[in-house]
Amino acid sequence: MSALHIKKGATKHSAYNLRPTFSDVQEKHTLAVLVENEPGVLARVIGLFAGRGYNIESLTVAEVDHTGHLSRITIVTTGTPQVIEQIKAQLGRIVPVHEVYDLTVDGPSVERELAMFKVVGDGEKRVEALRLADIFRASVVDSTLGSFVFEITGAPEKIDAFADLMRPLGLTEVARTGVAALLRGE
Amino acid sequence: MVIQALRDQGVDTIFGYPGGAVLPIYDEIFQQNDIRHILVRHEQGAVHAAEGYARSTGKPGVVLVTSGPGATNAVTGLTDALMDSIPIIVLTGQVPTFMIGSDAFQEADTVGITRPCTKHNWLVKDTNKLSATIHEAFHVATSGRPGPVLIDIPKDVQFAGGIYSGPKAMTSHYQPRVKGDLEEITELVAAIEKAKKPVFYTGGGVINSGPAASQLLRELVDATGFPITSTLMGLGAYPASGKNWLGMLGMHGLYEANMAMHGCDLMIAIGARFDDRITGRLDAFSPKSIKAHIDIDPSSINKVIKTDIPIVGDVGHVLEDILKVWKARGRKTEASAVAKWQTQISDWRKVNCLAFTDSEKTIKPQYALQRLEELTKGHDRYITTEVGQHQMWAAQFLNFEEPNRWMTSGGLGTMGYGFPSSIGVQKAHPDALVINVAGEASWLMNMQEMGTAVQYRLPVKQFILNNERLGMVRQWQELLHGERYSQSWSEALPDFVKLAEAFGAKGIRCSDPADLDDAIMEMIAYDGPVIFDCLVEKHENCFPMIPSGKAHNEMLLGMAKTQGVIDSKGSVLV
Repeated sequence: MSALHIKKGATKHSAYNLRPTFSDVQEKHTLAVLVENEPGVLARVIGLFAGRGYNIESLTVAEVDHTGHLSRITIVTTGTPQVIEQIKAQLGRIVPVHEVYDLTVDGPSVERELAMFKVVGDGEKRVEALRLADIFRASVVDSTLGSFVFEITGAPEKIDAFADLMRPLGLTEVARTGVAALLRGE
Repeated sequence: MVIQALRDQGVDTIFGYPGGAVLPIYDEIFQQNDIRHILVRHEQGAVHAAEGYARSTGKPGVVLVTSGPGATNAVTGLTDALMDSIPIIVLTGQVPTFMIGSDAFQEADTVGITRPCTKHNWLVKDTNKLSATIHEAFHVATSGRPGPVLIDIPKDVQFAGGIYSGPKAMTSHYQPRVKGDLEEITELVAAIEKAKKPVFYTGGGVINSGPAASQLLRELVDATGFPITSTLMGLGAYPASGKNWLGMLGMHGLYEANMAMHGCDLMIAIGARFDDRITGRLDAFSPKSIKAHIDIDPSSINKVIKTDIPIVGDVGHVLEDILKVWKARGRKTEASAVAKWQTQISDWRKVNCLAFTDSEKTIKPQYALQRLEELTKGHDRYITTEVGQHQMWAAQFLNFEEPNRWMTSGGLGTMGYGFPSSIGVQKAHPDALVINVAGEASWLMNMQEMGTAVQYRLPVKQFILNNERLGMVRQWQELLHGERYSQSWSEALPDFVKLAEAFGAKGIRCSDPADLDDAIMEMIAYDGPVIFDCLVEKHENCFPMIPSGKAHNEMLLGMAKTQGVIDSKGSVLV
């Protein structure tokens, strides 16, 4: 049967596909949630995930519209299609939530994450780390005689791959921002 | 400013309890006469009273309590209102803004504590935003799927002056969709035209949508001739005397209602949410039907049961459109097939699932409710209940002809709900006959509200089916735990007649079936609050019953053997 069409403009909340096929396969979805930037709004979103037992793999949040006081929360979550639909519907119920986008469904989208890596070492390992950083287009943002801090931006998979390579070369600390994502095109 | 905002929202009654952090608002209340304040005896009672007020009038209920313990005592009521989608506005006092976070006297993180048990809440730190926030709160509580909201107001914000803005100045981004999608509605109408074994399954959403929605429902049901059942929350939307009425469905619902749900080929769910008390075993729930689901809350759709025809919108609006489309297409139904279906349902009715063995020596609780129904049905009557066996019996044996006449804690199952709720109902309908059907254990949970009933001369009738047991707990222990009745009896009960008298009310006790009618008449005739101590059979079980983990067609009837009917998988369910 056809998907339910909730017309744009009929509600500020986004359109949900209310006729999912209920499979048991775990899917990873990237959701972008546009919220009113008011106190406690992040607690509401996180509390929803905790209270109803949903997964958060990554979460980023910042104000994106200073005049309209809107923040964008990007959440990467996993669940069965039914759970993903519930998550979107439950997010849509939160009063300060303006829109819920499922970038995985609405896609294609671009996903980027920023990470910083501290690599401690000397000799060959230090040279190798610098060489690999160059291949990955990571830049050096801090350097001592015995360490580097690299900054790298990219899709989460690229950052994972870079972390795997740095580990034997003296990786001691990692800081990652979590995923920020936008739909491609207009 | 708070009182001005409430007045502009049309509020006539506040239920509350004062304390240090709300004194400025109480001072305002003292200096005006438009809004009546009802002083409860416990903040939980205030919220339940406001729920009773809201459910019997369709208007939002308003509560005013202090910070800290005042707010935490309101939490049960808030959760109850959230589960049953009741519009409530709770105003709480808070310590002054400059003391927040310092563990001040009677400080609690009220917005933090109540975040998961309100539809939305606000901490107002600027008096200039106070009036707009109050108006927004009324809008949020009453729009879309209704629910409780809370506004936390620090004491310095209450004292400070500020700019007042009226309700009309408010614009809110929160505008839930009320009109259903016409394509989906047409699809449902097509299904109605073709259905051979249809059933309407309606819930509290019909009541919440307003009296017009109940009228439209009646028109649709009677025009199509389809049978209709309802959840506990939806009783009264379709009249119990209506010819298509099946009675309540669910765990303690009627045999014919549950069998119709199991065997139907088209299920039209309207403002109901497929609660676990309704569905029983999910994989055996109505296996052969096409399911249409009308709900204002998209998250209710596909939450537990896969829906074939989902319609997001307000019940009233959607029903209106269904009727329009169905009439325009020629009012078609498969009349002969539906008549055959009705014959099948009549056969199920003959099972007479509510039958019980009456006694001449002791009052059976079912008999007590039959007599209560018989002797009060002509009155302008409102019923509230507590939670447990008596609640189910009341739903089975009392008949509701109109919406907003039946107030019971459905989703949360709050013992102690009924008495304060009856106070709220009576306040809204001073001349009506308001009866709280109670069990003695539930009733004791908020019995302090006797003080409120007596103080405001609210003639609420407390009809207590006293079996000296936690009846429903006892029943489950009998079925599930080898008749080991752990902590499920009421030891050291008060003398309810003397208790009533101690509060300045009337007490009536009845233990003989022969005296029951006279005693009930005496209760009705008395102009004032009454505690009616109806001593009933102590070991009666509530039937019919779908045991946990079983399907609709596996229900137990009155005389069924109950040993071992719940298997290990079912026993982990509640």
